[in-house]
Amino acid sequence: MNIFLLTLIRDLKMAFRNPSSFLNPLMFFVISISLFPIAISPDAETLMNIAPGIIWVITMLSVLLSLNSLFHYDYDNGVLEQIVISHHSLPLVLLGKTTAHWILSGLPIILLSPLLGVALFLDSKSIYILMLTLCLATPCLSLVGSIGASLVVSIKNSGMLLSLLILPLYIPILIFATSAVSQSQFNLPVNGQLYFLGSILIFSLISAPFISAVALRISME
Amino acid sequence: MSKLSVNNLSCQRGYNLLFKNLSFELNSGEVLRITGQNGSGKTSLLKIIAGLNSPELGSILFDQSKSNSERYQLETLFLGHYAALSLELSCIENLEYLTNLSTENIAPNFHNALYKVGLKNYEHELARNLSAGQKRKIALSLLFITHSKVWLLDEPFTALDSNGIKIIESQIEKHCEKGGLCILTTHQDCNIKNLREISL
Repeated sequence: MNIFLLTLIRDLKMAFRNPSSFLNPLMFFVISISLFPIAISPDAETLMNIAPGIIWVITMLSVLLSLNSLFHYDYDNGVLEQIVISHHSLPLVLLGKTTAHWILSGLPIILLSPLLGVALFLDSKSIYILMLTLCLATPCLSLVGSIGASLVVSIKNSGMLLSLLILPLYIPILIFATSAVSQSQFNLPVNGQLYFLGSILIFSLISAPFISAVALRISME
Repeated sequence: MSKLSVNNLSCQRGYNLLFKNLSFELNSGEVLRITGQNGSGKTSLLKIIAGLNSPELGSILFDQSKSNSERYQLETLFLGHYAALSLELSCIENLEYLTNLSTENIAPNFHNALYKVGLKNYEHELARNLSAGQKRKIALSLLFITHSKVWLLDEPFTALDSNGIKIIESQIEKHCEKGGLCILTTHQDCNIKNLREISL
């Protein structure tokens, strides 16, 4: 079988045998979003206005929470050494790991988002656009995040450093995604933002595995 | 007849120069033991030969292929300090993944390899439930599967019982009789034929 699929299946298998590793960031996502109506106001109009921002910021933070463990575990037990010296293409193996990370962190968020959208009084069209932006942009979060995770893999407790490195790269994604959802609430066209998110996705899909492979070789030295 | 040649290798870690102008050649059938005190650069040397780290100066060739080529990576097997195991996976799942990473073996016999190192009936046990020595043995069972010619073993006998050490020693001898070569570091005595030593 292809090394991409083997890595993907291995990482998913490991995660499902230790579910707290990927359930914690998801719990954080659901709990923190459901606290906003209690803390700010249960008023539909207020919540509707801030919903795109809330959902997107919390998505970003929960992906960041799970990014730290992307390579750390394999670094500590020595599997990453074997991956780096393997004759297989390193970017392909890393793409497998990143895909597994997206399936465990991004995909559940996409599936949960309609529920939380309803809780924040988003209308059906905005929920549809919200899911669309999440589908386009959560893979970018994992891909761009993998670059940062491979840069800091040899540093213990690198969560803060990782956030500092990665958050600036997340900002364009945040701007386009939230503006798409809030414009759709006023029935304005959102094609431009979606095209931008799509192009960011294609660009990061093509470049991120290669950059993180180089970064990983540097940090393994 | 294969040959691994190390030419004028120098390695620096931090401000320390670990070794410089290190050269040696190793032919098929030979075992090289690297000796030296703690911190003398044994692991660094093995990692450089494995292609994991790059040396400050010098080069490594195996039958004319450079250490960053795909052929070189297929021909070398590196087992490091860590057992390279994921605790959530069973013995056989761990071994499958490691085999896929390191060789292009079409139909490896995992059960046989685990049987040879004394892990019969542990195939589907999760690695977290095993002792340190047993974990080590999973990684070492790769030696019964791989087709790589150059074995780079960093402290392979750590945590092994005396019987386990004998099994691994005899497997290294078999490998060399078949034309392979092996570089290892260990602080324990080892009884292997054709053993050469260099000191760092």
